[in-house]
Amino acid sequence: MHLILFVLFAGFCLAGAVNLLLQTHPINSALSLIVVMTSLAVLYLLLGAEFLAAAQIIVYAGAVMVLFTFVVMLLNAGREERTLGSRAASRIGFPAVAVVLAVLASLFIHAGNIGTAHLGTGLEKAATAGADNSNLTLLSQVLFHELLLPFEVTSILILIAILGAVALARAGHGEGTAAK
Amino acid sequence: MDVPLNWYLLLSAALFSLGVIGFLIKRNLITVFMSIELMLNAVNLSFVTFAYQWHAVKGQIFVFFVMMVAAAEAAVGLAIIIAVFRARATLSVDRIDLMKL
Amino acid sequence: MNVPSLHLWLIPILPFAGFLFNGILGSRIPKRLVTAVGVLAPLGSFLLVLNAAAASMISAPESCPSCGPAATAVALPHVETLAHAWINLGTLHVDFTLALDQLSLVMLLVVTGVGFLIHLYSVGYMGDEEGYARYFSYLNLFLFFMSVLVLAGNFLLMFVGWEGVGLASYLLIGFYFNKTSAAAAGKKAFIVNRIGDFGFLIGLFLLLAEFGTLTFRDIAWKLNTMASFSIFMHAGALPFNPGLGPIPSTGLLTVTALCLLLGAAGKSAQLPLYIWLPDAMEGPTPVSALIHAATMVTAGVYMIARMHTLFDHAPFALLVIAIMGAATAFFAATMGLVQTDIKRVLAYSTISQLGYMFLGCGVAAYSAAIFHLVTHAFFKALLFLGAGSVIHAMGGDQDLRNMGGLREKLPVTYWTMTIAVFTIAGFPPLAAFFSKDAILYAAYLHGPTGKLLWFVGLVTAFLTSLYMFRLWYMAFHGKPRKKLGHHHATPVSMLIPLVILAVLSFCGGWIGIGNVSSYLAPSVGAPRRMSAANAGPELLLTLAAVAVALLGWYIAYLYYSRRPEQPAQLAASMPAGYELLVNKYYVDEIYGAVIVKPLFAISKYGLGGVEFLLGGAAWLLGGMAGFAGMILQRWQSGNLRSYAAWLTAGAAAVLLFALVPWSAVWPASLHFISKVAGH
Repeated sequence: MHLILFVLFAGFCLAGAVNLLLQTHPINSALSLIVVMTSLAVLYLLLGAEFLAAAQIIVYAGAVMVLFTFVVMLLNAGREERTLGSRAASRIGFPAVAVVLAVLASLFIHAGNIGTAHLGTGLEKAATAGADNSNLTLLSQVLFHELLLPFEVTSILILIAILGAVALARAGHGEGTAAK
Repeated sequence: MDVPLNWYLLLSAALFSLGVIGFLIKRNLITVFMSIELMLNAVNLSFVTFAYQWHAVKGQIFVFFVMMVAAAEAAVGLAIIIAVFRARATLSVDRIDLMKL
Repeated sequence: MNVPSLHLWLIPILPFAGFLFNGILGSRIPKRLVTAVGVLAPLGSFLLVLNAAAASMISAPESCPSCGPAATAVALPHVETLAHAWINLGTLHVDFTLALDQLSLVMLLVVTGVGFLIHLYSVGYMGDEEGYARYFSYLNLFLFFMSVLVLAGNFLLMFVGWEGVGLASYLLIGFYFNKTSAAAAGKKAFIVNRIGDFGFLIGLFLLLAEFGTLTFRDIAWKLNTMASFSIFMHAGALPFNPGLGPIPSTGLLTVTALCLLLGAAGKSAQLPLYIWLPDAMEGPTPVSALIHAATMVTAGVYMIARMHTLFDHAPFALLVIAIMGAATAFFAATMGLVQTDIKRVLAYSTISQLGYMFLGCGVAAYSAAIFHLVTHAFFKALLFLGAGSVIHAMGGDQDLRNMGGLREKLPVTYWTMTIAVFTIAGFPPLAAFFSKDAILYAAYLHGPTGKLLWFVGLVTAFLTSLYMFRLWYMAFHGKPRKKLGHHHATPVSMLIPLVILAVLSFCGGWIGIGNVSSYLAPSVGAPRRMSAANAGPELLLTLAAVAVALLGWYIAYLYYSRRPEQPAQLAASMPAGYELLVNKYYVDEIYGAVIVKPLFAISKYGLGGVEFLLGGAAWLLGGMAGFAGMILQRWQSGNLRSYAAWLTAGAAAVLLFALVPWSAVWPASLHFISKVAGH
């Protein structure tokens, strides 16, 4: 069961990713990315990270990608033009990507037995299974006790990001006059 | 049947590479940005896998933080793209090559 | 026993304070203050030296009850060391040590005494000059360095003083720096001195290598102890090692002595390096009196006497010294015969008399040499100061041919100069008679070479008498050759030193060489031969010396007083010889062609080469930077995708080097290849 689900949704991930590369219109790419993210959420569920799966849907697929879609529509971005390619990109970039993939792949293939994923298990160890030890409880216990400071700092970071985004994207921004 | 965790990691590597390829070959600024988001997601997957392997909740918390930061980054990045579009009236990566707006 | 401190350090410091005061504030304070500070500083030093002399010579048995009735308040040698060491580097240990013994006491008396008199004289002589304060500050600086030189207890401190007096000499020779000839003369003096100092330094290094120490007493002690042990050490008969290290061979000691001699020759204007002294007459006359007659040029003699132990162990070096001294004395005397500038005559006379002192050192009669040094200081300073008075009266004219008949106009100067002239000629009972006689006698007793040297010395005495009386007649007697305009009366400050020096020249020698030798014996070694055994020959030699002096006077009288036209006729009859003498044997020209010109040429080519190298290197570096910049510039294209590509490449490289287990790759790849090939 686990295997079938994994193969299915991994396939959706890869298909979405490839489609992102192959589409010429950015809106199609955005929608493919949404597919990828949703499939990833299912994979998180398979790995017992329920909260993260929910967060993935809510934050990523529900907010970030919506933002992307808004911007695509706002800027009326059309199909990609055929412009001059970059020689560096093709000559250096692709071999580099190949190397990265090869290294990582070989590393992961030869990693040995690092375990298998069982459906229905998560972070809790077998001895401590119980209603009180759900994924969310564990997460929040660490997040709001030990890592409270990073949590608060992240909220400030988001505040700053909001301010920055508003300041940059304002219509009457001084540096933002379009070059005629 | 259970899935070896290596496969999750391989999937993560593949998604990451696809993200890098997209970063290299795409000409629309927004699409490039989307490839970056793809890369981030691939890394998130590997984090969750390792968290499962080591039964460590900190791995998932890290994913949580990555998501937060990615969201903030997406907001600011898109604002920048809007500003650049206003200045240059183009979203093609190859045409935006001067530092001075 | 409580040794009272003589505060030796004050002796150099007082003039140094005077230098600083007049040097920094001189132009802003009234002239009287400059004079007061400039003259009182050397007076203070002189009084301190007198105090030291009194403390060491006046019997004071109560200061040391156990020493016996001959005890003095302070026993010589008296050493004062600064508490903080100067150099403390491994085995090299040098202190700021001031050592007073009989030799340095005598030198100090001369330096500070004559120095003070000349400072006093300068008040009147330089009264109208601009740069008055600068003059006194330089003069005080000289006195500071000279005291340091004399008081030094080790070679390094002496070298400080040695270099310093060279510096002060340069500053004072080039005092009228607006005159090109004066500036050039200053440079020449300093450079020639430097050549000598090079020898001095090599000698220092050799001493350090041989003895491991630069202190005079230690070196002397080591030399003496090594000499006594040497027989046993060579035979291997000593059961223990006295810890002296390997004995330096006589050859090495000779080389050391010769190097030090080079330094002395430079400073004391001996034969190869005398060329700077006649040119040094460009400086003010009191400077010539102090530095180039009485004190600085005698530093070489002092150094040789101080290190007499070393020279005693290197007989070849002593022979070189004696020959160098005699030759210099003779050559300088011949050159002095035809000079027309009054100061040049005196300059060559100084070189000649210094040759006598070197001759004295060369025959190991160090006390005689020092005795002559002292009397020479008196009469030479007197001669120069008198010449200054003459020049002052002549309104700055120094040419002998324009003088004459000054006898009536400058009576004090005339009588003091007369005493000086008779002294230098060697007439008894004046001072130089005793000292010169002592040197010539010691030379005569020094074996067959000694007799030859004695003869050269005798001829030189004749020439000395001749040219000094020539000067006397031309300057003071006869009819005035040039109309003297406004006649400046000589100020009192100039006359007092003349009188004092005249008195000293008159009676300075009465102390006798015997007393001098026995007084100086603790510092310069016992005199080689006692004079009591050879009374007969000594009397004969003395009579010979007086005879040649009288002969010189008579000939000078003939040529310059009775028949003044005779010198010109004589010169005309020997034109080549006359030209040779007047042009100083063309020595300056020879040096210029052989040494100076090639040096300039090498420097020019060297400079060109260096400039080429440096310029080339700089051009190369700049070029490389620019070239690299041009290449790297193309990397920053602004193209986002190429940036992305390079980013990826960088990441790939990092991953590659971090994650691949390189140590296992090579065997693994071999294994893989063999597996593939095997299939």
